[in-house]
Amino acid sequence: MLDRRELMKRAGMTALATGFGSARAFALETVTLPFDNGERPLVNYPQKRPMIGQTSRPPQLETPFRIFNEGPITPNNAFFVRYHLSDLPFDIDPDKFTLEVKGKVDHPLKLSLQEIRKLKAVELVAVNQCSGNSRGFFNPRVAGGQLGNGAMGNARWRGVPLKTVLDMAGVQTGAKQVTFNGMDGPVSDRTPDFVKALDVDHARDGEVMLAYGMNGEELPFLNGFPLRLVVPGYYGTYWVKHLNEITVIDTVFDGFWMKSAYRIPDTPCNCVEPGTTPAATIPINRFNVRSFITSLSDGAKVKPGRIRLKGIAFDGGKGIKEVAVSTDGGKNWTPAKLGRDLGKYSFREWSLAVNLAAGTHELKVRATNNAGDTQPAEARWNPAGYMRNVIETVRVTAA
Amino acid sequence: MPKLARLALIPAVAFGLAAAKAGPISYTLPEETAVFRPGPNVEVAQNNCSACHSADYINAQPRNVKSKKDFWLAEVTKMIKTYGAPIDEADVPKIVDYLAATY
Repeated sequence: MLDRRELMKRAGMTALATGFGSARAFALETVTLPFDNGERPLVNYPQKRPMIGQTSRPPQLETPFRIFNEGPITPNNAFFVRYHLSDLPFDIDPDKFTLEVKGKVDHPLKLSLQEIRKLKAVELVAVNQCSGNSRGFFNPRVAGGQLGNGAMGNARWRGVPLKTVLDMAGVQTGAKQVTFNGMDGPVSDRTPDFVKALDVDHARDGEVMLAYGMNGEELPFLNGFPLRLVVPGYYGTYWVKHLNEITVIDTVFDGFWMKSAYRIPDTPCNCVEPGTTPAATIPINRFNVRSFITSLSDGAKVKPGRIRLKGIAFDGGKGIKEVAVSTDGGKNWTPAKLGRDLGKYSFREWSLAVNLAAGTHELKVRATNNAGDTQPAEARWNPAGYMRNVIETVRVTAA
Repeated sequence: MPKLARLALIPAVAFGLAAAKAGPISYTLPEETAVFRPGPNVEVAQNNCSACHSADYINAQPRNVKSKKDFWLAEVTKMIKTYGAPIDEADVPKIVDYLAATY
């Protein structure tokens, strides 16, 4: 079970312990996220540009927020990373990799990567967002990864519909759910392995994807190489990385990561009175609506006069209908111009030219989706710190 | 900085060509630099916590909570009950006191 020597080797701690190395070079710079105890190192990982280092083991890297101002697609080397368990599959031979499909199927499968790549490919632009994105802003604060707003990203995923593979295997009558397990696991066999489940109809909707490509390249290692699940519109917890085991079951999966973790209050707002415990919970599922100003950060100084504000909006798959901006703290709202539509699961860019007189201004942005869902003026709360989607405010000074 | 150079080269070679036959890849995480802050019973915390996660996980937790002791007791209990951390009962108060006093 626990093999600390191996673990330390993998984490690179041996070099540190013997005094060798340039360990400090990884954290010369820091960023300070705007909440208590928000200082984090900027870290350099292979295949990644400098990222906000949340935790080193298991690796959790947050995207520096200014990246979201560069375009609607998040580059692979800036895409956030979140693992739960520390035993990562550091050595992978793509030629030997197999995806197993088993359980309540007529023809259990073992597919090589090459066989998967030969199947008819699809592409889809979709946002992946951590359930706990923005957890650091919760008030009262809650335990967990203390993230700013950068545990999200938008990529063009390439792969095969999960439906294709499930149909090849032949899902049997009476199947209820499909479970997904990746090659990463716990360091102790007493820690529950990370396994997630989707209802069988969801798994066969033709949109849930086995992705091997991301923005025209292979998946970066830390984003699930060589194969990951893409569940459009759903929180990242379902997007199992290094996916190599799919099991069709005729029950509702009761593994820890579905039954106990990643649960939200079973209330209309998926929220409870701050500091209280929900009476009943359900598995987290679709994203709510969010929008951000990306062109200015909180506390920015600008020249008085006309300025073009820019940002992004997204939701769980209805598509963004409207983005409105307020420059007076939420009293008056003006619709923004929406950017190119890359699909209902994608970031949607928006922009709006506004006039800012000399003085301070509270800029706010609010998106509404095609179902009429929008964002609350006051932040909602739940004990795990999930699903934050309050109307964001950026305070700027024109001088 | 030989270590840095090595880290930078591995992915360049291993991941260089997306479409070509890639061959085996080997990924190396940067060195773990976060350490447990000095304090009474730091070694108890270190021995019990660091098998599964790095010290920065602790370091990043909020300080502005109602009761630090309640906060850390809840976390240590979660690690034992939910994640199966093999922590001796006698070590629990030592770890909680260390965390509440030090972070």
